[in-house]
Amino acid sequence: MRVVMKLVKRNPLSVPAALVVVLLFVSAIFAPQLATHQPNRQDFVRVLQPPSAENYLGTDELGRDIYSRVVYGARISVTVGILAVALGGLVGVGAGLLAGFFGGLTDTVIMRIVDVLLAFPGILLAILIATALGAGLVPIIIAVALYSVPTFARVMRGSVLSVRNTEYVEAARAAGARNVRVLFAHVFRNSFGPVLVYATLLMGSAILTAAALSFLGVGIAPPTSEWGAMISAARNHMRMAPHIIIGPGGAIFLTVLAFNILGDTLRDALDPRK
Amino acid sequence: MYIYIAKRLLHAIFVVLGVLTLVFFSLHITPGDPINMLVPAEAGAGASEELIAQLRARHGLDQPIGVQYFRYIQNAVQLDLGNSIRSGRPVLQDLIRLYPATFELTVASLLIATLLGTAAGIIAALNRSGVVDNLVMAFALLGVSLPGFLLGLLLMLVFALQLGWLPPSGRVGGFSWEAIRHLILPAATLGVAAAAIIARLVRASMLEVLKEDYVRTARSKGLPERPVILRHALKNALIPIVTVIGLEFGVLLSGAIIAETIFAWPGLGRYLINGITGKDFPAVQGATVAIAITFVLVNLIVDLIYTALDPRVKYS
Repeated sequence: MRVVMKLVKRNPLSVPAALVVVLLFVSAIFAPQLATHQPNRQDFVRVLQPPSAENYLGTDELGRDIYSRVVYGARISVTVGILAVALGGLVGVGAGLLAGFFGGLTDTVIMRIVDVLLAFPGILLAILIATALGAGLVPIIIAVALYSVPTFARVMRGSVLSVRNTEYVEAARAAGARNVRVLFAHVFRNSFGPVLVYATLLMGSAILTAAALSFLGVGIAPPTSEWGAMISAARNHMRMAPHIIIGPGGAIFLTVLAFNILGDTLRDALDPRK
Repeated sequence: MYIYIAKRLLHAIFVVLGVLTLVFFSLHITPGDPINMLVPAEAGAGASEELIAQLRARHGLDQPIGVQYFRYIQNAVQLDLGNSIRSGRPVLQDLIRLYPATFELTVASLLIATLLGTAAGIIAALNRSGVVDNLVMAFALLGVSLPGFLLGLLLMLVFALQLGWLPPSGRVGGFSWEAIRHLILPAATLGVAAAAIIARLVRASMLEVLKEDYVRTARSKGLPERPVILRHALKNALIPIVTVIGLEFGVLLSGAIIAETIFAWPGLGRYLINGITGKDFPAVQGATVAIAITFVLVNLIVDLIYTALDPRVKYS
């Protein structure tokens, strides 16, 4: 509790940011209860309606309720965010751990692969993988996960290198601990902090990447309620009904902003120089 | 110094080879037969066995994957990236034609980002914890969090569709007022996020440098504030920023895919996305490789500039 209070004092914005993240998870879990309409039900009599008491964020080009679609969209974002970061973290952390701990040829091979992955700037690698695997939730998760692997690997490797030669690791070795035990019980446990910060920061960018892929047409296909896909569909009608962009756009913006603030706060808190 | 450059060059060549390999295998070892990408969608259902076999042979898809891979690398080294299925022209020809548009957009946005980001970062650092600093940092946080595709559409909605000040799409080549007018919205879409990142970094770097002994010495010997900031602090604060600007170039290059799609900017990014929607496999392959290789080259150049700026690097 004291740690949390310290974090809040350091960055007061982290309170509303945490609330946004809680709201995101609540929307994802209780979407059926929170939605006022069926997210995919079309009503051609009520297309492109402005916000009203009946449709809080108005209706889209097919007469669907935008608010309900945004609420359901949280499910996709949360699923992709959590699973992609977890998968990317698992692979990246594993690779970084092995590279940093064993050094030598293992390090060279793993880090050269990471170099190749890093040669694809920004979203390019995710586009390539999503294209290769085809549209859908699983391909998106894999694409976004792969995008986060290099970051995790580098952070973990750096952190292992700083822990590897500490006295307690030497002591464990002297006491006869085998590689596996040293690796998990000592090195891994003590380099986990930075990884956690990056996981938080990457949650925001994972959600953003997934939305961007759907926006470009290589992600989640319509009619599934996905924020990026919703914005992509909205752009053809935004001149007549600018409000249709506000719902999904606001949701992505607030989500990414919240994760960025939380990540920044955690990073500041864990930075020993401050 | 020469050994360092040779090492970096060798590394760059290795990475490019890795990029070619990854692109090849990710588009080949995928669920589904690549021939489905080669047979145009409308003919796909009705395509005869002979046509499919013919296409398979023409594109070497009847060969074992290893043979295909080596032929692909061999061709790529000779700058033969195959023919685009949509345009029928060699992919390399398409890439050469479209490259200037993407390069122009990326450089313009990098210029916006660097100028805006550096100025904002310096101003924030000099007013540490003041109103201006908080304002700049708040804008930087918003800039980092606003997705490019959302910002692009909002800018288009306001400045092109509502106010009618700027054209909503397209590109006019060359150097004219009209060309610049077309460039502003896509370049701003790309540049804002990068400016935000650069502003944060310049601020942090300036704050570090302002604490250094040589800045205190410069001040205590009675130099006015301006040369202290510009000549002593900024020059040193900018060294780490060169690397970030290089990295940002890559981010902008990939961001161009989104900006080009929104503003119908005829560059590599739009070619890539059109290639994906049109199942133009060689085009996707070519555009991806072109973007990645540009990024590798820019990083190489940035590394070399960095070495020149900070002589400590070359001896380590």
